[in-house]
Amino acid sequence: MSDKKPISSVNDFVVRFANVNGSGSASANEMFARSILRHGVPVSPRNIFPSNIQGLPTWYEVRVTEAGHLGARGGVDMMVAMNPQTWDKDVAGIEPGGYLFYDSTKPMPSTKFRDDITVIGVPLTAITNSTYTDPRQRQLFKNIIYLGALSALLDMDPKLIEQLIGEQYKGKEKLLSSNVHALHLGRDWALQNLKCPIGLRIKKSDKVGDRIFIEGNSAAALGAVYGGATVCAWYPITPSSSVAEAFTAHCKKYRHDPETGKAKYAIVQGEDELASIGIVIGASWNGARAFTATSGPGISLMTEFIGLSYFAEIPAVIMNIQRAGPSTGMPTRTQQCDIIACAYASHGDTKHVLLFPEDPAEAFEFAAAAFDLAERLQTTIFLMLDLDIGMNHRLCRPLKWDDSKQYDRGKVMTAEMLEEGRDFGRYLDVDGDGIPYRTYPGTHPTKGSYFTRGTSRDRYARYSEEGSVYADNMQRLVRKFETAQDLVPRPLQANAERPTKYGVIYFGSTSPAMDEAIGLLEARGHQLDRLRIRAFPFHSSVASFLAEHDFVYVVEQNRDSQLRQLIVNENGIDPVRLVPIVHYDGTPITARYIAKAIGDHQDHLKVTPLRKAVS
Amino acid sequence: MTYIAKPKFHHPGLKKNELGYTHRDYEGKISTLCAGCGHDSITASIIEACYELSIEPHRVAKISGIGCSSKTPDYFLGNSHGFNSVHGRMPSVLTGANLANRDLIYLGVSGDGDSASIGFGQFAHSIRRGVNMTYIVENNGVYGLTKGQFSATADRGSKSKKGVTNTDNAIDLVAIALQLGATFVARSFSGDKSQLVPLIAAAIGHKGASFIDVISPCIAFNNHAGSTKSFDYVREHNDAVNRLDVLVGRDPIAVDYAPGTVQVVEQHDGSKIALRKIDADYDPHDRLGAQTFLARHAAKGQIVTGLLYVDPDADDLHAHLNTVETPLNSLEADTLCPGSAALDKFNASLR
Repeated sequence: MSDKKPISSVNDFVVRFANVNGSGSASANEMFARSILRHGVPVSPRNIFPSNIQGLPTWYEVRVTEAGHLGARGGVDMMVAMNPQTWDKDVAGIEPGGYLFYDSTKPMPSTKFRDDITVIGVPLTAITNSTYTDPRQRQLFKNIIYLGALSALLDMDPKLIEQLIGEQYKGKEKLLSSNVHALHLGRDWALQNLKCPIGLRIKKSDKVGDRIFIEGNSAAALGAVYGGATVCAWYPITPSSSVAEAFTAHCKKYRHDPETGKAKYAIVQGEDELASIGIVIGASWNGARAFTATSGPGISLMTEFIGLSYFAEIPAVIMNIQRAGPSTGMPTRTQQCDIIACAYASHGDTKHVLLFPEDPAEAFEFAAAAFDLAERLQTTIFLMLDLDIGMNHRLCRPLKWDDSKQYDRGKVMTAEMLEEGRDFGRYLDVDGDGIPYRTYPGTHPTKGSYFTRGTSRDRYARYSEEGSVYADNMQRLVRKFETAQDLVPRPLQANAERPTKYGVIYFGSTSPAMDEAIGLLEARGHQLDRLRIRAFPFHSSVASFLAEHDFVYVVEQNRDSQLRQLIVNENGIDPVRLVPIVHYDGTPITARYIAKAIGDHQDHLKVTPLRKAVS
Repeated sequence: MTYIAKPKFHHPGLKKNELGYTHRDYEGKISTLCAGCGHDSITASIIEACYELSIEPHRVAKISGIGCSSKTPDYFLGNSHGFNSVHGRMPSVLTGANLANRDLIYLGVSGDGDSASIGFGQFAHSIRRGVNMTYIVENNGVYGLTKGQFSATADRGSKSKKGVTNTDNAIDLVAIALQLGATFVARSFSGDKSQLVPLIAAAIGHKGASFIDVISPCIAFNNHAGSTKSFDYVREHNDAVNRLDVLVGRDPIAVDYAPGTVQVVEQHDGSKIALRKIDADYDPHDRLGAQTFLARHAAKGQIVTGLLYVDPDADDLHAHLNTVETPLNSLEADTLCPGSAALDKFNASLR
C-alpha cells in the first residue's frame, strides 16, 4: 500500500494527537506520556492549544526519546487524528513512512489518505457507542479506548497503564474499573484486528532515573512556597494563571497552621495587573515576601510600579510566563519576547534583574532565590519563564532543598540597631555595594521612620530636586546593579571537544533543543563552545566568552534578537560578531532548526581551499 | 514657607495623652501646600484624632497616591513610615502593606483625582475587599498640582476658576462606598474640625473598610463663585445628620445631651461612639436607608455630612482570607518552608 518503507524505530519517535478542545482528551493523552515514562523511556510532551475553551483544535505532541532530547523535534511519525476540522493538515504533516491512526467508524474516501504512510483505522465511535449510552461517558471513554489501542500498536505494557489509572482514581473504585475496562476494549480490538506491534515501539529501558515530571509553573509556585513568599497578588492571564493556582494548591497543602487551620499566606486575585503589582510592592515595603505572576500585557501595565520599585528600592518578584506578543499576540504560543521590556521596564533610566531558568527544576530554584535577591537588592526580580516551560510537563532532576538554609532578608535595620545609635539613612551607601539599609514600618517609636516616595530625595530620604543629589542617587543605583552581577546565577559554559573560535549563547527554554543541536552540528563537523546565560545583569564571564570567540551565535525565540541587543548594549561590543539565530513562530524552537541555521552560517563562513573543493 | 525648618522646641506645659505623648509627637514636616489649604485642616484633624486616641505614632502606616492630598502624610505623624506611591494606586499598596502586617494601623490618604479619576477602580476594589483601613479622600473637585483642571467629583454645572463649566456628571464617592459595602462611611468638611476629628477617630477604631470623604476647598483653584466645593458653598449647603463625640476606649460622654438624641455605637474593638443625632430619624445602621437619604438630599443640592453608615460587627480581608494572627512579615523559614522531607515526597508523586 505504501511506496515508502514504514518508519521503524524503538523509543525514538513523535506521536501527535489532534483533538477538539474541551473533549476530555487531555488526561488520556497525558496518561499516554506518563505510561511511556513508566517504561523507563524519557518523553517530552507539548500542548499546542488555542485561546479557547471548547471547540477549536488542540494538539498534544509526545516526543519519545530514549536519548533524552527534551526539546521539540519537529515532524510527526504517528498522527492520532481525532479532529475532522484539521484532518487534511494533520495528514499532510506526517513524515513519509509514518502512521495515521484514525476513527474508522465512518468510511473515508481514499483521497483523504496518503500512499506513503501506514493507515490504521479503529472504529472508536462504534466500539464506544456499543458499550456506553451516556454521551459524556462516550466522549471520555473514547479517549481511553484509543489509548488502549495505541498500547497494543506500540507494544506497551498494559500493566503500567493500569497502574497509572489506579493511582489517578485511587479510592474511586467505580471510575478505576471502568477506565481499565475501556483501556482493554481498545487494546483487545487492536490485538484481534490489527497487526501489532507496528514499526514504532516502546521498549522498557532505564533512562528516566529519578527524574520527575512537572510543569514549570507548578515548580515555580512551589519555589515561592519554599522561598518564603507570604503574599501573592495576581490577575488571570494565560500562560501565567496556573502559577497562582499552583501556589494556592501548594499553600493549602503546606501552609496551614495544623492547630488553628489558619493560613500563613494571603492570596489576592487583583482587579488588574496594576493592583497586583501594587499589592506586591505594598507588602514588600512592609517586610513580607511577595510576588505576582503575569505575562506580556501584564508587564506592560505594571511598568510604572516597576519603576517605583527600582527608584524607591522596594523588593518585588515578578514571574513573567512569556507568550508571543506584541499586544495580545498569540496568547497560547510560546516566545522569549519580553527580554528588553523587562530589562529596561519603566520610564527614566532603569535596569532590572532577570533570571532565566531552563526547566522546572531551575524554575523552582530560581523562584526561591528570587526572594532572597529581591530583599538583598531591594528591587524587582523577574523570573523569566515562558509557555513552553511553564505549561508543559517536563522531565527534570528532582527538586532539592537544603534544610539548613535561612532566608537572606537583606539589609534591614532593627529596633536594636537603631537603639545602639546606628546612623540610618534610607538611601545611604554604608558598605560601598550600593545597597542601603531599610527599616520596616512600625520598627521604633522615634527612630528609623522615613517617607518612601518615587520623587528624588537625598541619602536620608529627604525630598530634594538638587541635581547633584539626584545624580548621586542614580550613580549609587548603578553600583547596586554592579553588585547584582555577582549575586545572580552565573552563566554555564560547556566547551567543544576541540578548541574553536565559534561560540553560541542561549538561555531559558531553548536549552534542550540547543544541547541536541550541538550533537547535530558536531556530526556536520562544526565545533561550538556553549554559554548558557542564566541571569541579567551579565556576569563578567559573558564578556570573556565574547572576547575568546570570533563569532558568537545568539539563539533565542523572538524576532528582534533581544538578548543579543542586550548583550551588545551592555557590553559595548561590535554587533557584527554576534550572529542572531531567531525562531519566533510561536512553536518551541527545535534542534533541527538551530543546527540548520548555525550549520548553514558556518558553511558560509568557512572558505574551503580550492584544491580541496575540486578534489 | 518650606525653607523654614520646623522648630523642635515646644511649651513645657504641653498636655500629654495617656501614653505620655504631646501633640507635637504626632506632627510631621512643615506643609508645602498653599496657605489656607483645606488639606492642612484635615492634617490637623488627623493629628488631633491620633493624639486623642493615644496611638503610638510609629504604629501607623500612612499611604498615599499622587497629588496635593497625597503629599500631606509628610506633614503629620513624623515618626510613622509613609509611602507616597503611584497616582491612583494607594489602595493596592495599602492592601499589600496590610496583608504583610495586620498589627499596624493603616491610614490611606487620597484626593478626588487620585480616587475618583485615575484610581477609581482601586478605590472600589479595596472597599469591596474590606481592607482594614481608614481611607480619607481630601476632596476639592479639582487638580491642584496641575493648576485647576476638573476632577471627577466636580459637580455638573460648576465653574472652574478660568470660567469653564463642567459638563460631566459628578461621582459621589460616598454613594459608591455605600454601594460597594464599606462598613464605615462618613462625609465631613475640612472647615468643621469638631465634626471631623471624632469621625477620623471612630474610623481608625473601626475594623474593616472605613471611608471618609472630606470636602476640602482648594483656595487656589476652586474657592470662587460658581464652584460647588468652595468654603462658602459648602458652609451654606452642609446638612449634618449627626455629630460624634467619640470616644474610643472610654465611656461615651453622653451626659451633655438630651436623652433620645444620643445613640451609642459599640464597635468590634470595644470602642464606643456617641452619636449626637441632629436628624432624629436617621439610622446609621441602615445601608439602604443611607443610600436613599443621600440621594434625596443630593437632589436638593444639600451636602450631607456626618456618620452615614456603620456596621459595628464588620470584619476585614484578613478574616476573609483566614490568615494567622502573627503578622506575615515576621514569619521565617522555620514556619514557611515545608523542608526537604516534604519535597522528597512531592518528587515521589511526580514519577
